[in-house]
Amino acid sequence: MTVGLVLLLVLVVLNLPEQTAGKLKLALGGLFLPLFALAGSAQNLAEQTGNTLAPRSALLQQIDELRKENQRLHEQLAQAQEASRENAQLRRALGWQQRVPWSLKPSRVVGQDPANWWRTIMIDVGLRDKIRPNMTVLTSEGLVGRVTDVGFDRSRVVLVGDPNCRFSAQVQEPRDQSVVAKGIISPSASSLDRLLVDLVYVPGGSLLKPGQPVLTSGDGGIFQKGITVGQIVDVRTNDHGLNLEARVKLAVNLNRLEQVWVMLQ
Amino acid sequence: MNWMNTIAILLVAFLAVFLESYFRGLRNLIGAQIDLLPALVVYASLSANISTVALIATLGGLWFDSLSTNPLGISVLPLFVIGLVVHYCRDLIMREQLYAQFMLGLAASAVAPLFTVLSLIGTGDEPLLGWCSLWQWLVMVLGGAAFTPVCFYLFDRFNRAFSYQAQPETSFRPDREIKRDRGRHIDY
Repeated sequence: MTVGLVLLLVLVVLNLPEQTAGKLKLALGGLFLPLFALAGSAQNLAEQTGNTLAPRSALLQQIDELRKENQRLHEQLAQAQEASRENAQLRRALGWQQRVPWSLKPSRVVGQDPANWWRTIMIDVGLRDKIRPNMTVLTSEGLVGRVTDVGFDRSRVVLVGDPNCRFSAQVQEPRDQSVVAKGIISPSASSLDRLLVDLVYVPGGSLLKPGQPVLTSGDGGIFQKGITVGQIVDVRTNDHGLNLEARVKLAVNLNRLEQVWVMLQ
Repeated sequence: MNWMNTIAILLVAFLAVFLESYFRGLRNLIGAQIDLLPALVVYASLSANISTVALIATLGGLWFDSLSTNPLGISVLPLFVIGLVVHYCRDLIMREQLYAQFMLGLAASAVAPLFTVLSLIGTGDEPLLGWCSLWQWLVMVLGGAAFTPVCFYLFDRFNRAFSYQAQPETSFRPDREIKRDRGRHIDY
């Protein structure tokens, strides 16, 4: 009787329509929200307590460094604004479309996939923050992944290196920013290091070298062009020299993710 | 085993799933996360009836899948099969033995992820598998095995604290008591 009931339940749940299963999943996951909130508050409290215990001299030194950094950033902003104006003028002259500035929504990482065979995280923004599936998630260092499931106030992000996050990327020559080759970023199942992924299906004969930066190519329509992915670590030939494969060290430390940005456009 | 213990196991299963999702330290350190649910199912199957085992496997599996990319319900069956097998072999298992607890935890923690991954492949999903998965599996197996005796110890303590103590049996019977004194004295 009990065995039959469990089997029936499993069969019913596994055969639910994708949308219903997704909603049920979010509802069940919602039971954990108070615990995630509690854990987050406890962590914040611990950080605040740590901050109050910081010595005054260290704080003053930090303020001084931040002032200097602020001034440097002001100067860089002025230069960037000038470059942006120049860029807009040249684009108008050439008849190119204007680049839309990125609109970013900050969010906090609240949890990760408990299973070892997926690489996903949960963030504390959702439908109420206008988050939609397939939006790009990144940090100041580079690409993190894309949004997959969206709940009311939290979303699941599939990280770069997960089997469900394959995308096209391009390798650039650091000196002149020219595109050396294009390939597909795939998970590196042979490495325990979560920061290593493979760049596969690179045409043979491409001049790949360790240290070259890897960026999103914009092909596929999910990630915008030019987001930093990482750097090439080493290169090997595959399929009798027909293709090249490179190991890429991700720019973002996925093990230390605390805060990420969701690109709204 | 009373209903309090069932609720306690469910609560621990809920907390275990939360901790597996929240704490990243172990995964960052050794590259794998330990699953505590198989150990809890082993304890439940040796200490409770089949309904409790079914409840823990179902709710534990659903909670786990709700925080994971796994399709909802895929983890229920492996946990329930483990619970069912252990429950029907309970008469042959010396549950008080630390070695038996460890070995049961080891076997359960080894079988559960294998069964889940096979089910995932069977349903057309593509989990991240490779040589590193062997290491992750080893960590899960050893971690689950180590947690099982801890689980038995804690729940048995909890059970003793919230249940009536059995009256110790004694061979003393008042009607068979030999009363000793100085004996009868005859005065001459």
